[in-house]
Amino acid sequence: MSTTFSTKGGGPPFQGRASGPIRARCEVLQYRKIGQYHSLTFVSPEMADRAQPGMFVTIGVEGHSTVLRRPFSIYQVSRHGPWAGTVEIIFDVVGEGTRWLASRTKHDTVDIVGPLGTPFPLPKQNVGCLLVGQGYGAAPLLYLAGALQQRGFRADMIIGAADADGIFNAIEAKRLSATTILVTEDGSLGEEGNILDVMERHLALGRTGLVYASGPMPLLRDVSALSAQAGVPIRVAVEEAMACGTGVCLTCVLPVERKGAVYNLRSCLEGPVFNGAKVRWDAIGALPVHDVPERDEEPQ
Amino acid sequence: MSTATTSGRPRPPVDPAEVDLRVQLDDMILRNPIVTASGTFGSGQEIDRFFDVDRLGAVVVKSITVDPWPGLPTPRMAETASGMLNAVGMQNSGVERWLAVDYPWLRHHKVPIIASIAGRTPHEYRQVAEKLRGLEGIVGIEANISAPNPEAGGAMLATQPGPTHEAIATIIRVATVPVFAKLSPDVTDIVTIAHAAAEAGAAGVSVINTVLGMAIDTETRRPKLAAGFGGLSGPAIKPIAIRAVHQVHTALPDLPIIGMGGAATVEDVVEFMLAGASAVAIGTATFANPMAATEIIDGLPVWLAERGIRHARSLTGGLRV
Repeated sequence: MSTTFSTKGGGPPFQGRASGPIRARCEVLQYRKIGQYHSLTFVSPEMADRAQPGMFVTIGVEGHSTVLRRPFSIYQVSRHGPWAGTVEIIFDVVGEGTRWLASRTKHDTVDIVGPLGTPFPLPKQNVGCLLVGQGYGAAPLLYLAGALQQRGFRADMIIGAADADGIFNAIEAKRLSATTILVTEDGSLGEEGNILDVMERHLALGRTGLVYASGPMPLLRDVSALSAQAGVPIRVAVEEAMACGTGVCLTCVLPVERKGAVYNLRSCLEGPVFNGAKVRWDAIGALPVHDVPERDEEPQ
Repeated sequence: MSTATTSGRPRPPVDPAEVDLRVQLDDMILRNPIVTASGTFGSGQEIDRFFDVDRLGAVVVKSITVDPWPGLPTPRMAETASGMLNAVGMQNSGVERWLAVDYPWLRHHKVPIIASIAGRTPHEYRQVAEKLRGLEGIVGIEANISAPNPEAGGAMLATQPGPTHEAIATIIRVATVPVFAKLSPDVTDIVTIAHAAAEAGAAGVSVINTVLGMAIDTETRRPKLAAGFGGLSGPAIKPIAIRAVHQVHTALPDLPIIGMGGAATVEDVVEFMLAGASAVAIGTATFANPMAATEIIDGLPVWLAERGIRHARSLTGGLRV
């Protein structure tokens, strides 16, 4: 069949095309805890090749009455070295699907589709990037920080959580960024306070040319507002409930402004990375917007 | 492997390549009985990233309305046991934009198109059907007269024979291809509605649309869907769908049926056909697995060949009672 390929070096087969997202049964190479979060590293040379920071995968939960896949943003891929051809995701246990996933161990196989969605666009020149993440939302930002570092671009990070346990991988953040500020609500690690105050202070330094943010929706809304005040462009990776992850169910839509009109755009296909200044945060879940997306014409 | 057939004698297996998957529904001949359920396959382009959509018997497109519809607020989806609720509100860009963007793409990819159409009134259905007249590649129209409309407390045309008849008759006056009426299971007697559709001239029926449902968040005490109600789909509704297909086929054996509602495997497809369906739509299964439809198209001839069945169409109505 034209759409099933074998991996390089006679690896396990996958379903899909020579580019774009694929579906494969992937072997788990490692499960570990990172702070309060869970990490799963699985083998898929194709997904590792095709992924970019900001994109996500969906995983099929087995042996449960749940029918829908679970989306996870990609934390890290390895294309070279001993971990070549692997993809790592970070997650929190929030329900039976993630509880099942957290019980996977080495050599188990899981049904994965990806990479899906839009990546964070990288700046064309060194503008000074500020990466703002909350909880495990910091994971895709660390992936992004690595890509920025490779290009020699400056990245500063602000990572926040309720307490020290919730701060994701501070050591890695410090390695990948020029400066890293940790913020906890209870002061158990880094500064005591909230992300927005720290961000406001950082923006006042005037060295930020672009903001990236990832985390819960209220954070993304507030971070977008702060960036707008400071006149700094912002890209956010949203977390919206979705059924399919592939663009067909239209349940994960967000009201986003484009060319002067507001469109219901899909978080899984036109997102998850959006221009935070264009998302109509106040209109989410409030009322239907009265325009529909202008899709780009497909080449024939 | 061989098993008992309807006549009780085991048949020797055949080569899967010899199995004829073609099915006919009224004037519509499909290369295989697997189609997509409207609203679960986007425009076709999204899933074509995974496999060639021209493998499908037909693509049933997301419901097209005369004007753009913005859809309902989020959350539009809630997962439930073995299924999901959705209240998307038929967000679509309207028929003009569909004709400008989606239709040329589907034509280019040479997959037969069944155009699902929707509206607020029979007149709006007719306006869409008029725009689709005579277009190459459109092999059928599916009149979505059964999408739960939360704005009207779940009301829909297909709950009563009168409005069903009126809507179908109005569409048929302008349609140049067979028209299928998509029916709701949320009625006292689905056969009455199928009969009204057939009397109005429907070439066949699509059975079933989603089942109206509701879920409540116990912490917030609010409905899990912004719209309150939504349509239940997935394996949870398959027994309802099989029952409905069987009832309609028993009462109206000559009326072609596109069966749907939770079909996710080859066996599910066979079950729908035995109940009386000539074709089967894959819906929510595509959310769970973007390859679902193509895997079934691969698996169906193997399943049939192992049992010595040379023609997929021979399954239709093969239920033994």
